[in-house]
Formats: sequence, C-alpha cells, structure tokens
Amino acid sequence: MAKSNLSRKINLYGWLFVIPAALFIFILNFYPMISAFLLSLQSGRGNNLKFAGLKNYARLFEDEMFLTSVGNVITYLVIQVPIMLLFALVLATMLNDSKLKGRGIFRTMIFLPCATSLVSSAMIFKSLFSIDGIINTALVGIGLLVEPISWLTHPVWAKFVIILTITWRWTGYNTVFYLAGLQNINRNVYEAARIDGASASRQFFSITIPLLKPVILLTTIMSTNGTLQLFDEVRTLTNGGPGIATLSISQYIYNLSFMYNPQFGYAAAVSYAILVMVAVLSFVQIKMGGKR
Amino acid sequence: MNKRQGTVIVKYVFLIIICLFSVFPFYFMVVGATNKSVDIIKGRLFFGTFLFENIKTLATNVRLGNAFWNSLRNALANTVAALLVCSLAGYGFQIYRDKGKDTLMGLLLLSMMVPFAAIMVPLFRMFSQAKLLDTTMGFILPTISTAFLIFFFRQSSESFPIETVQAARVDGLGEFGIFFRIYVPIMAPTFAAAAIVTFMNAWNNYLWPLIIMQSQDSQTMPLLITGLTAGYTTDYGILMLSVTITTLPTLILFFTQQKRFVEGVLGSVK
Repeated sequence: MAKSNLSRKINLYGWLFVIPAALFIFILNFYPMISAFLLSLQSGRGNNLKFAGLKNYARLFEDEMFLTSVGNVITYLVIQVPIMLLFALVLATMLNDSKLKGRGIFRTMIFLPCATSLVSSAMIFKSLFSIDGIINTALVGIGLLVEPISWLTHPVWAKFVIILTITWRWTGYNTVFYLAGLQNINRNVYEAARIDGASASRQFFSITIPLLKPVILLTTIMSTNGTLQLFDEVRTLTNGGPGIATLSISQYIYNLSFMYNPQFGYAAAVSYAILVMVAVLSFVQIKMGGKR
Repeated sequence: MNKRQGTVIVKYVFLIIICLFSVFPFYFMVVGATNKSVDIIKGRLFFGTFLFENIKTLATNVRLGNAFWNSLRNALANTVAALLVCSLAGYGFQIYRDKGKDTLMGLLLLSMMVPFAAIMVPLFRMFSQAKLLDTTMGFILPTISTAFLIFFFRQSSESFPIETVQAARVDGLGEFGIFFRIYVPIMAPTFAAAAIVTFMNAWNNYLWPLIIMQSQDSQTMPLLITGLTAGYTTDYGILMLSVTITTLPTLILFFTQQKRFVEGVLGSVK
C-alpha cells in the first residue's frame, strides 16, 4: 500500500517534469495552428475581418502569385535536394575511408558552412554574384563571358544562385548525418565485399545506400520541409525578384501579412497550403522509403 | 595498380575542389572585411589594410554594439530557457516513462511537422496583443520548447542508469534534487551539445525577429546585415565586415566544439 502510494507520488512528479514543455508547445504551436485555420476562414484587410467560409481556399487556385511561388519552390526542391543529397552521400563515403589522409581537415572544411547563418551565406553569395562582383569579373577576365551577367535580376540565373547558395550551406550538414550513419555500418561488411571483388561503385550502391536508407529518408524529409519553408535566402538574395520569379511561399505569406495592407485571413489560407504540402510529401516519402 | 592509383588521385582532386568551394566564400568574406569596397569590386583577393577604416564607418553608420548585444542577449536567454524546459521534459519522458507520457510525446513530435510560416501570423497577433513585440521574451517564447530538443534529451537519457535514481531516492534526495544534483552534472556533454545548436539557431534566427523586432532599438545582427543593402549602392567592405562579425561567434563555437556541434546537429539520430 505504502509502495503504491510512493509510486503514485513519483508518477505525479513525472508529469511535473513534462508539463511545462508540453504547455509551451500547445500554446505556441498547436493553438496558433488552430487559430490560423479559423483565420483562414475569414477575409478582409487589417483587423477588419469577416467570416468568408472557404472563399480564401478557392482564391488560392486563381492566384497567380501563389501558383508561381509554389512552382518556384517545387523547382528549387526538385533540382536542389537530389543534387545536394547525392553530393553529401559521396562525400560521406569518402570521408569514412580510414585510409584517407587529412581526413580531419577535409571533414572540418566540408562541415564549415553549417556554422554560418542563412542570412550571412546569402549575403556572401549576393556579393559574389552582384553585377560588379568577383564572379563576373573572373568570368569576363578569362573570356568565358563577353559582358557581365546580371545574375540576381535574371529569372533563371537568380534561381541558379539561390540553389547554389542553399547547396553550399546545407551539403555539409547532410554529410554529418550520412557520416554518422556510415560509422554504424560494420566494417566487415565492406571487407567481405572487397574480398568478393565488388568494385567501389558496386559497394556504394549495394551496401551503402541500402544500409543508409533510414538516414536518407530522414534527410530527404528534412530537406523537403526546409525547402518548402524557404525564406531567409530568397528574401536576402533577390527579395523574390525579378518580379516574382524567385518568390517562395513563405515569403508570399510574409508579404501578405506584413507588407502593405495586411490580409491575415488569406495569408493563413496560404500557410495551410504549406502545411498540407509538408504533410503530404512527408507521408509519400515515408511510404516510398518503407516499401523499398 | 596504376588504375588504382588513378582513382585515388581523382578522389583527392574531387575532395580538394569541394573543399575549395566550401571554404572560398569564407575567405572572400574575411578578406572583404579588410578591403575598400572599390577594391573588392575589382576582384582583390588579398588581405588589405582597410579593416579599421571599415570598422569606423560601420560603427558610425549603424548601431553595431546595440545589435550585437541584442543578438547575444536573445540567444543566451533562449539557450538557458530552452535547456531548462526541454531537459526537464526529456528526463521526465524517459525516467517516468508510462503509456500516458509516451502518447503525449508522440503528440508533441507532431509539432515538428508544423511549418513556422503556418503559425507566424497568429503568433504575431498573439504577441502584439500581449505587448511582447520588441522584447527578448517575445523573441524566445516560440523556441523555448521544441520537440527536437525534448526528444534529444529523452534519447540521451536512455543511457542514464535508472538505478542511480533509485539509489538517490533511498538516500532521501527529492525528485528535482536528483535531476539537478545528479542528472545535470553527469549529462554535461549532452547539455553542451544542446546548448550549441540552440544558441546557433537563436543567433541566426531571421524570420521571427524580422516580424516582431520592429524598432531600431531591438534590431538583431541578421536584421542589421540585411538592412545594409537596402540603399542604392552597397559598400561591400562594410557588408563583409558585418557578415564576419555575425559569423564569428558561431565559427568560434564550431572550431572549438566540433564534436559537440556534430552531436547537436545529429540530435537524437543514432
């Protein structure tokens, strides 16, 4: 009897440990999510909001700015994420080789970009690729370009610079995950494959990729979510321009809410579109990752 | 044998090229901070003598000290608060584990799927009603408790022996006493790793301060940097100097604590 009293008391303490953290998440994450949904059912400007039903959601499909921003983000996603993850995988495989000389230095240099903020990295690339920047000077200097390219005000090149910046900033970050995953794979597996005469590329596709599948799935989901929520880099590099050629969904929400005359209701509807995309894409990736 | 040597050389060349790509922007940034804007535009890639001149100009044009202090205060407050709240929870979820708490943990993990853009509008309205705009409290509240950090502490607590807790109870130590006097010192490396990621995230946070830090007084470093290119002509020397200053604290953390940094990035992935 006394014992069960004690364990009940202890169990009560357990709740005291977890409740503050849970309250923070409920009040500052779940509650705003619900109120964003309620907000998305209202329309109007400023704080002058009226119930509008699903009108905001219908508006999404006719809103060219929204559709362009979705298209932009999907472009970034489809091009950038696979390239980055492949690079990270190859780099992690190379860094995991114990015979590699200077492993520590290579590793430090590859991880280094994770130590900058997104705004800082975007600012550095903005300077590198400005019209009078060093990239233009160099390319014109060696004769690859006749005249400087205005990288950041060209609809295609601006996307290229954004993708390059994200890849620079995040490849090392993903390498950290793959390297940790590789270190958990028993070295004997590779030893046996080598004795059987499997080439390096064969080992990569038949051992590394299958055994790293859970980590690859995790990084794919993280990168997908990150790209869908892209904001800092685009706002710093191009501010969405030229026109709306590089606008991201998060930046569109920001513009709707905090620039000009705020349309909070419609902004909330757009934000639910991101939420749905994140949920659907994560679900699809988990399903696909689980099957193979 | 020759073919083998060939692949080894290709490998090193590849790695060196990637590393140059990785490091060059940093080099450009640091060198830029020491040069005149016109020289940077001309493509000068060597250290110059204009550093003090740049510092002087930057300090007279913007409120550098103010922004640096704001960033530092916000990030430190965020780190202390997040570590306290999330380590308590992670410990609680693991040591007092039962069905109810597992369900709650699962629910909290769902918050990782919520994009910040999806909640920023209601959060902004809540915070402006609560008069939390332009305050450190307003800055830190949304990131005090994160599922990532709670989960990180829960997973790390798996290696913490439950027998220690039971022995301490027999010795008459209270539940919170066990946490603060035994768990925290033993788990110091976990706390260090968690502190590094939390500090870096807070230090680098851009979107949330952009929304709530509306007065000049509460400006943080990332906001200061982006403000520098708002005019017609950009002074690249000053811009690179401010980027260098912003990156310095996180770079120092990275170089001195690389092992903890990696642990923090990995979080609970094992």
